[in-house]
Amino acid sequence: MKAIRNWMQPFRQSKQKWIPTVRNKKVPKWVLGLLFLAPSLLGVAVFVLVPFADVVRRSFLDAMGKEFAGISNYESVFQNEAFQLAAGNTIKFILICIPLLLLVSLVCALLINGLKGYQEFFKTTFLFPMAIPVASVVLLWRLFLDRNGFFNEGVRLFGLSPVDWMNSEKAFGVLVFTYLWKNVGYDMILWLAGLAAIPKERYEAASVDGAGRWQTFRYVTLPGLRSSVFVIGILSLVNCFKVFREAYLIAGDYPHESIYMMQHLFNNWFVSLDIQKMTAASVVMAIVMLVIMSLVWYRNERSQE
Amino acid sequence: MARIKNARIIRWLKGKCGRVLLVILALLVWLPVLILLICSFYGEQEIIDCFGGVLLSNGNTAKLHALPSYPTLKGYVELLLDSLGFFVMFWNSCKQVFPILIGQVLIGVPAAWAFAHFVFPGKKILFHLYMLLMILPFQVTMVSSYLVLNKMNLLDTHGAIILPGIFATFSVFIITKTFREIPKPLLEAAAIDGAGEFRIFRYVAVPMARPGILSAIILSFLEYWNAIEQPMTFLETKSKWPLSLYLPNITVDKMGVSFCASVIMMLPAVLLFLWGQSYLEQGIAASGLKE
Repeated sequence: MKAIRNWMQPFRQSKQKWIPTVRNKKVPKWVLGLLFLAPSLLGVAVFVLVPFADVVRRSFLDAMGKEFAGISNYESVFQNEAFQLAAGNTIKFILICIPLLLLVSLVCALLINGLKGYQEFFKTTFLFPMAIPVASVVLLWRLFLDRNGFFNEGVRLFGLSPVDWMNSEKAFGVLVFTYLWKNVGYDMILWLAGLAAIPKERYEAASVDGAGRWQTFRYVTLPGLRSSVFVIGILSLVNCFKVFREAYLIAGDYPHESIYMMQHLFNNWFVSLDIQKMTAASVVMAIVMLVIMSLVWYRNERSQE
Repeated sequence: MARIKNARIIRWLKGKCGRVLLVILALLVWLPVLILLICSFYGEQEIIDCFGGVLLSNGNTAKLHALPSYPTLKGYVELLLDSLGFFVMFWNSCKQVFPILIGQVLIGVPAAWAFAHFVFPGKKILFHLYMLLMILPFQVTMVSSYLVLNKMNLLDTHGAIILPGIFATFSVFIITKTFREIPKPLLEAAAIDGAGEFRIFRYVAVPMARPGILSAIILSFLEYWNAIEQPMTFLETKSKWPLSLYLPNITVDKMGVSFCASVIMMLPAVLLFLWGQSYLEQGIAASGLKE
């Protein structure tokens, strides 16, 4: 076949000379690359980059949008009590949820990895909440969490007094549970991918050396997963911000103050058209995300070397 | 003798311990879904009897009949034949989600190919920018999106949801990763056989990256079928709301159909999930941020 192809080569080329294709015009390859990217980049520029640059500019202007106001917008954001409450809650939520989610999903991944059968069944099960729209479960959550709901029935069985779950400190715990419920599957798949990437030889070497189950886990599995932890953590962070959907649909604009998050704050500023504060807070949040992302890039660079 | 037997039982339990834990966790997923399904066959009177304390605050406590006393499809029938609002919202959801998916494919796939295959100045910085945009929470770009949509007179139209959605960078990132896994020699062979860059893209790269593209589509569908923030911010007129935002309101208006509505809202996402679970898993695994 190859011989025929080689023999055909001159004929093909001579034939193709008469077909006007882009290739014959010899467009440089890098220009082609930019052409492929252009529609997407144009859209991103129009809908995100340019307007965001405008937001950065506005964040230094006064309320009328004319005079340069220095960092006064930023000062008023940081001094704002609602901001302090929301930022504190959001940070607390992130610090509690991410380690918990990483742990629970790792345990699930390890258990599923150790199963002989039913692996697919359990994977489907834990991924399933991802497919359930928030709006569909809100009604159910209300049935469980209401003052007269199912949970309080259980509480009464134990002779305790009923709790108003969404209108007390407990709301924070409910939100943490909802976040875990929704995201364990996603992280579990990432962990399973990390587990599959650990070379089999290392496990064989460990068993030859007579390592027990715990030792194998401690000296082979955990080090093998080290590079995944960071990435999974970041993706879990992204999903942390989406828990607002549940919080909003269950508890509305002004929920109990223990779950008043950055997202509620932005929303309420938006409703009251407090553009000044919003621009400054957006810039602050963007910078925080940029710093976090830079850590990922730094680690990626280092692991390639 | 007894001690040996005990030890054996304990060892057996230890072996099963993980499986028991998995089953308990699995119940946490399946029970709510099951309850939702069961309740969707309740008649209106039974809903009031069982959940009146929660939905109408009439002071009763909630109870659950594991089997509906008078199972009925009335809720579904009423919802599908007799509630115009539900249809409008369902249709709104479709009108917003499907153009986003189509746009993401038409624009995102070539962009992903550019990142995976070509070398051009600024490529690395641009790719990092795309990654950053992918992880930014909606709130960061909320004001900027509002300003630009306002300028374009798109506020309170379906376009306000669709256009920014099309240019979401998450799908570009996932598709880029699958493009990168196509073996180089294959592309070189195609080039030697005289295929131009467009032909290589269209007839070699895209067919080979089909699973990656599908997984990006599924992830996007689940994301936008569930959209709350964007419609809440950019759509003022309730008749333009998607189902995801409107559904909680149905409960107040028409209690008899609220469970059925929840089930039907869930259905497209669940069916797509069951059909494409393996693609979904690939997509999630590809979303690991390592380049």
